[in-house]
Amino acid sequence: MFEPEVLKMLGRGLFESIYMTLVSTALAYLFGLPLGIALVVTDNTGILPKKNFNRVLGLIINLLRSVPFLILLIAVLPVTRAIVGTTIGSNATVVPLVIAAAPFIARLVESSLKEVDKGVIEAARSMGASTMQVITKVLLPEARPSLLIGSAIALTTILSYSAMAGFVGGGGLGDIAIRYGYYRYETDIMLVTVALLVVLVQVLQEAGMKLARMSDKRK
Amino acid sequence: MSEISTEQPIIRIERLGKVFHTSSGDVSALEDISLQIYQGEIFGIIGMSGAGKSTLVRCINFLEQPTEGTVYFDGKDLSKLSKRELYKIRQSIGMIFQQFNLLMQRTVLSNVCFPLEIANVPKRKAREKAEQLLSMVGLIDKLHAYPAQLSGGQRQRVAIARALATDPKVLLCDEATSALDPSTTRDVLKLLKDINKRLVITIVVITHEMHVIEEICNRVAIIDDSRIVEIGRVEDVFTNPKTSAARRLVFPEGHAVKTAPGSRCCRIVFDGSSAYEPIIAEMVLDFRQLVNILFADTKNIDGKAFGQIVIQLPDNEIIADRMIEYLREKRLAVEEVDGYV
Repeated sequence: MFEPEVLKMLGRGLFESIYMTLVSTALAYLFGLPLGIALVVTDNTGILPKKNFNRVLGLIINLLRSVPFLILLIAVLPVTRAIVGTTIGSNATVVPLVIAAAPFIARLVESSLKEVDKGVIEAARSMGASTMQVITKVLLPEARPSLLIGSAIALTTILSYSAMAGFVGGGGLGDIAIRYGYYRYETDIMLVTVALLVVLVQVLQEAGMKLARMSDKRK
Repeated sequence: MSEISTEQPIIRIERLGKVFHTSSGDVSALEDISLQIYQGEIFGIIGMSGAGKSTLVRCINFLEQPTEGTVYFDGKDLSKLSKRELYKIRQSIGMIFQQFNLLMQRTVLSNVCFPLEIANVPKRKAREKAEQLLSMVGLIDKLHAYPAQLSGGQRQRVAIARALATDPKVLLCDEATSALDPSTTRDVLKLLKDINKRLVITIVVITHEMHVIEEICNRVAIIDDSRIVEIGRVEDVFTNPKTSAARRLVFPEGHAVKTAPGSRCCRIVFDGSSAYEPIIAEMVLDFRQLVNILFADTKNIDGKAFGQIVIQLPDNEIIADRMIEYLREKRLAVEEVDGYV
């Protein structure tokens, strides 16, 4: 149906999409996870209430989240150039993806950690656990199933964001969809890229949910 | 109770107060609380819900910081301790809860190892200790089960084993049996009593249920409306509640004696000096004369009888006198009460 070059291109696009998604998600968690923890811990009902800090942090996260991704993509081009050295290709797309995803992940982590039973946290504190020990030994492990579900949501969201990066030459399946499907009216190629994205989202989501279910010891 | 040392209290609370600042104004949870708890005793704190007893127990390990007064644990003023020192002290105060509060993503064994992990005890040693405790609470066959697979009673046993892992001096029980059915409650109370005897651990029991206090406590404090209204040995508070709050807890059905009818009546007070024998029935058999029981409220604490019975004596004066003598010979406190018509 397609010529070998087209198939090769689609294969590369698929690889690039997966690459961008995984790298961006990993990096975004590097920032988003501590931010989410900070949101929960410094909350009024948290284990180390810091009212003003919490308010400011929440505000910054909301601000970042309210910027439409496409605008963020263009706005951070100078930053991207400074870090990666170029503004096109998959590596360059990672920068705006991380900036957009980190605050989103912070909120996902926050909501997961807030599900942890307050009584269990109190029990740990009654045993003399420090704030750090409560975080590493209670909050994160007890929220593990929920955090895994969150990471599936994060992966699929970042994948769809990465497709948007095609508009600025970001590489991956989104890039192909725009160049062939939108600019050249090669609808069949566009449909294939969309189908591939659909499958990818399905796989990531299902895998995440399954992992979460398997790791949950609450039956 | 020879193992209770009254020389130096393990917990000393002085003029403690706690005010919560809420958006709808200040709420006073505790006022002017002073009490001492001695090494080796089982001390009960009872009160209706909302009386402030849960806040009080959390002030003992400083999960709640009192806004007034001082808490001494083992002679140390808790408010003067650094964070690190407080963490260390908490390792010698175990705590169990109404909802068990086990880590749901950890196995039973790993739950009991948890406080030892926090205390940086080497893994092997922690495991050994945990297994030893779990066999003590009768759950050695559940090492690798998860809390979700256990019954309520079993979960509380795991929580008890966990609370004992760091060899605490004191075990705080916050409504530990309130979520359990009566028979499981009995088992858990028996276990607590056993732990108190065997490991000489001071136990502080918070509850709203009188029978829990009766079953295991040596002394009790009654909290009502943020204050301690009565404190003393369980048998004293129980046989002779002085305040209305105490009476409400001891005789929830109300004090019916005053309206009981009869011509010549006497009140028999069981203060624990007599064993739990069917004394009245024996007397009736011995005298071949009937008596009328007008009021009875006795309870079995530690195999001893507490409470009181009011009986209407036979019309025959001589027999009535001999009956009173008979009861006095049984070392019961008997007093004639008149005015009941």
